[in-house]
Amino acid sequence: MNFSENWLRELVEIDADRDTLVRALTMAGLEVEDVTPLGECLEHVVVAQIVAAERHPQADRLQICQVDAGLGQPLQIVCGAPNARIGIKVPLAIVGAKLPNGVAIKAAKLRGVESNGMLCSAKELAIDADASGLLELPSVAPVGQPLATYLGLPDASIELSLTPNRADCLSLHGLAYDVAALFGSAVKLPAAVAVAVSSDARRGIRLEAGKDAPRYLGRVVEGIDPSARTPLWMAERLRRAHLRPISAVVDITNYVMLELGQPMHAFDNDALHGDIVVRHSRSGETLKLLDGSDARLDEGFVLITDEQQVLAVAGVMGGHESRATETTRNVFLESAHFAPAAIMGRARKLGLHTEASHRFERGVDPELPRRALERATELLLAIAGGKAGPILVAENIADLPRPAPVALRRARLKRVLGVDVDDSEVTRIFTALGMQVTIHPDGWQVVAPSSRFDIEREEDLIEEVARIFGYDNIPTLRPSGALALAVEPETRIGELALREQLAARGYHEAINLSFLSLELLTRWGFTDELVSLANPLSADLAVMQPSLLPGLIEALRHNRARQQERVRLFEVARVFAAGDPPRETPSLAIVACGNARAEQWGEPSRALDFHDLKGDLDALIAWGGEPARWSVDATSLPAWLHPGRGARVMRDGKTVGYLGALHPQLAKALDLGADVHVMELALEPLLARRLPLARAVPRFPTVRRDIALDLPEEVRWSQVEEAVRQALGERLQELRLFDRYSGKGVEQGRKSLAMGLILQDASRTLTDDDADRCIREAVAALEQTCKAKLRG
Amino acid sequence: MDDLESRAKQALADIGNAATLDALDALRVGLLGKSGIVTAALKSLGALAPDERKARGAEVNTVKQALADALAARKQQLEQVELDRRLASEKLDISLPGRDGERGGLHPITRALERIASIFARLGYQRADGPEIEDDWHNFEALNFPPHHPARAMHDTFYFGDGSLLRTHTSPVQIRAMAGRQPPIRIIAPGKVYRSDSDQTHSPMFHQIEGLLVDETSSMADLKGTLTEFLRAFFERDFEMMFKPTYFPFVEPGADVIIRWEQEDGSSRWLEVLGCGMVHPNVLKNVGIDPERYTGFAFGMGVERLAMLRYGVKDLRAFFENDLRFLKQFA
Repeated sequence: MNFSENWLRELVEIDADRDTLVRALTMAGLEVEDVTPLGECLEHVVVAQIVAAERHPQADRLQICQVDAGLGQPLQIVCGAPNARIGIKVPLAIVGAKLPNGVAIKAAKLRGVESNGMLCSAKELAIDADASGLLELPSVAPVGQPLATYLGLPDASIELSLTPNRADCLSLHGLAYDVAALFGSAVKLPAAVAVAVSSDARRGIRLEAGKDAPRYLGRVVEGIDPSARTPLWMAERLRRAHLRPISAVVDITNYVMLELGQPMHAFDNDALHGDIVVRHSRSGETLKLLDGSDARLDEGFVLITDEQQVLAVAGVMGGHESRATETTRNVFLESAHFAPAAIMGRARKLGLHTEASHRFERGVDPELPRRALERATELLLAIAGGKAGPILVAENIADLPRPAPVALRRARLKRVLGVDVDDSEVTRIFTALGMQVTIHPDGWQVVAPSSRFDIEREEDLIEEVARIFGYDNIPTLRPSGALALAVEPETRIGELALREQLAARGYHEAINLSFLSLELLTRWGFTDELVSLANPLSADLAVMQPSLLPGLIEALRHNRARQQERVRLFEVARVFAAGDPPRETPSLAIVACGNARAEQWGEPSRALDFHDLKGDLDALIAWGGEPARWSVDATSLPAWLHPGRGARVMRDGKTVGYLGALHPQLAKALDLGADVHVMELALEPLLARRLPLARAVPRFPTVRRDIALDLPEEVRWSQVEEAVRQALGERLQELRLFDRYSGKGVEQGRKSLAMGLILQDASRTLTDDDADRCIREAVAALEQTCKAKLRG
Repeated sequence: MDDLESRAKQALADIGNAATLDALDALRVGLLGKSGIVTAALKSLGALAPDERKARGAEVNTVKQALADALAARKQQLEQVELDRRLASEKLDISLPGRDGERGGLHPITRALERIASIFARLGYQRADGPEIEDDWHNFEALNFPPHHPARAMHDTFYFGDGSLLRTHTSPVQIRAMAGRQPPIRIIAPGKVYRSDSDQTHSPMFHQIEGLLVDETSSMADLKGTLTEFLRAFFERDFEMMFKPTYFPFVEPGADVIIRWEQEDGSSRWLEVLGCGMVHPNVLKNVGIDPERYTGFAFGMGVERLAMLRYGVKDLRAFFENDLRFLKQFA
């Protein structure tokens, strides 16, 4: 909400300058978003009237004006404004003025004609943005009066960014109470008025919307002057509240809303038929709104209707057909209370946000309609004349919110704020905020004004005390409360440690948005169990990631396109799968491309391959201390993996992830090469760690025997390992593969594996004979299960 | 037997001139070896009369000792020369880069987030977690946001077809952490949150950290103390700080914390860095904690905002582009 600072100062004593006021408001929870000073530097600017005007002989666009500024003699001013004409009153900057935009006014010759000042637009005076022509002042403006005096300047338009709980401050009167409490001063609000009724014009009102619309007041005012203009003072206040003056009737309702907080509506009484009926909307109803748009209403709205048509959407916007226009002579003024719950979300549903809906959905004082109606009538009669009919009332008192007393205990106040606030200060604060206070032995009982919708419980009162007392005045203490010891299981590797480990292995951590496009996922073959947003920002961000890899590969591509040949990225985030509720699983993914090692002077370079990533996997697995629970398998691979260079990773026989080269078709579609390798694993299994249980270190030495085997190509290392382990049992300490060869010297379709067997016995030192026997047993097993032959 | 003495004299000169360890060793064999001249002289002592033998023996031993000393001294000299030569030949260009010295790094968001969490861990706050796909109860209702309440309009929410949603803040973790648990409670809950808003200063996904403390004594003064200490610890510097009243449905009284941040050009401006407040009694009731007996405070902060200030990142979007030229600056 924007408001005029001067107007506020008229309603409450403020013994403080603008900066202090602004800071005090912000620090009381009424945040000042912006302050626009208005009408600074208006010295030597006066109200003047153009008494004669003729064309400039040398310039088509200029006029030579004779201007009465109340100095006895008219001044000659050369002016280029399109609306300069005889008779109008306009601001004149006389010689010596220095305008807000820095222009100093001096006597000058314009195209050879003397000019003794400058006629000004609103923009030149920093009063308004309008630069289309001279600022035309009302004909009653007193010639010669300083403009600042006439317009009530300087002033400032202050913009408040109010939180939804403080609807009571969406008016000058509401704001005045908070300011009074803050500065320890008193409000100076005009008393409520009651206009003398001078006609008997009536209209029936029926309430049929129950609790949603418990009070509706109306009044017919007949015979107003449609040509009446909004007075300057009112137009200025509206303008400084960022409300455009429209017409006298509409401006009056807006003004009352700003002043008191009651949104009102003015109908053209001649456009209404029979009684006003306030009721709920029905499916399929429509209304052409004030702004010209057509609203589809369906159910769930409260409507103002008459016996023939829908007139307005209650608390949101009036209809186009029944609106008061510049020809309206008879108006029907509405001043009603609608329950916040009946208005919340309704404007949004229509794609609207109006001054009325903003207020009603936050809560408008239910006791305000009569006062507002009287005030609006008073203004209307004063500005446009007419005869006021009686106030027409329809209400269900039982459905109106009634402020209940709320208790505040002294002890609780201290407990929550951590500070002693003087009893007298607490009482003062509540009283200044317009609350009725009763003092009890252990605290206070408070009844909030009906404008406050946020005072329902003790904490609400504590907040009121805190913000007026000042958060700055609450001490800053160290918490001293009870502390429960947080136990971190040793059998779990910390997520941060895991990330550090990957960073130490050369990977940079990436963070991608969690949503991807369906198109990208389809390209990868992720089509099942997708979780899609109902209201995505765009199609690119529509589906929750079922895997971290598509996003990470996009990041890899981003870097490749920027001369980064060797990319190593990882990400830890959640992946999503459909379900009720949808499943989300923390996941770790790695992508890598380029050479295996960074380019180096002492090592031959080589392209990254499967086993480089497998090494990363092995290192992560080794950390958990239970490598035997892990295995890999080359079957049942996802479509995005190279079928010959991919692996399914299992823990305890359950699939937990995949690693390998991207499928060449996918790589090609993504414009990537064969060097791109990826891995994705469920995070949890990686974080499991064995609690070590120490055994005695073996007392007897180990013996090493190396053998070389000739095997069919398709025999996998894991089969060899398994056969040797089976054959030797406990005696095999370790099996190390140190060479793998195929080619010259080895038969086609076969390969040579050279390995070292580290042998040991727990009870004695192994002899050469023992070792030889072990080798014979191992070779025999390999011959049988793996078609192996011992090489010379 | 002056012969031995004169030959020894010659030998001492030869030892001094020996150029290599091999040559020196050959001299040693010729002098002190099995058939060397000193050995021969010692052997010949047996043929002498006992009194003569004693005198002569002492003379021969003197010669032997002199030769042995000279040999040892020369050997040490030659070894030193040898070592010097070897060391000279083994000189490396130690300025060449080492092997496999490359390392990656953590994302700046992780870095900031972990720093925040570890500061609170030292104050006894335990890590807590919750789902990113939330239901309306945990994200709004239990946190005292009634349906259609205007406060919800401040959370531009992503929905799924079944009415579930992407959490718009980490506050629902409060509800999950408190449900079925009794105070004292101190938790810190970092994580991803989502709002359907995207421009230069808004990302549809970002990170928050939620903190919660519930016990029998905590007050707003403790909240102020906790956050004041935290901010100074996080930034490792002091600055002006203000607690400004504001409204979040799940706390009351509520506050925004603003700090006076000094900018590169020396000017300063007030920046909002945290939201906080005393836990609303309705929230405690919603999770079965007695608000009469217990009070608590909660706070929430945007990790991106803090990371931008801490590391001088100017553009929010850089966090999610994953450009290595950016990421490597935080390794």
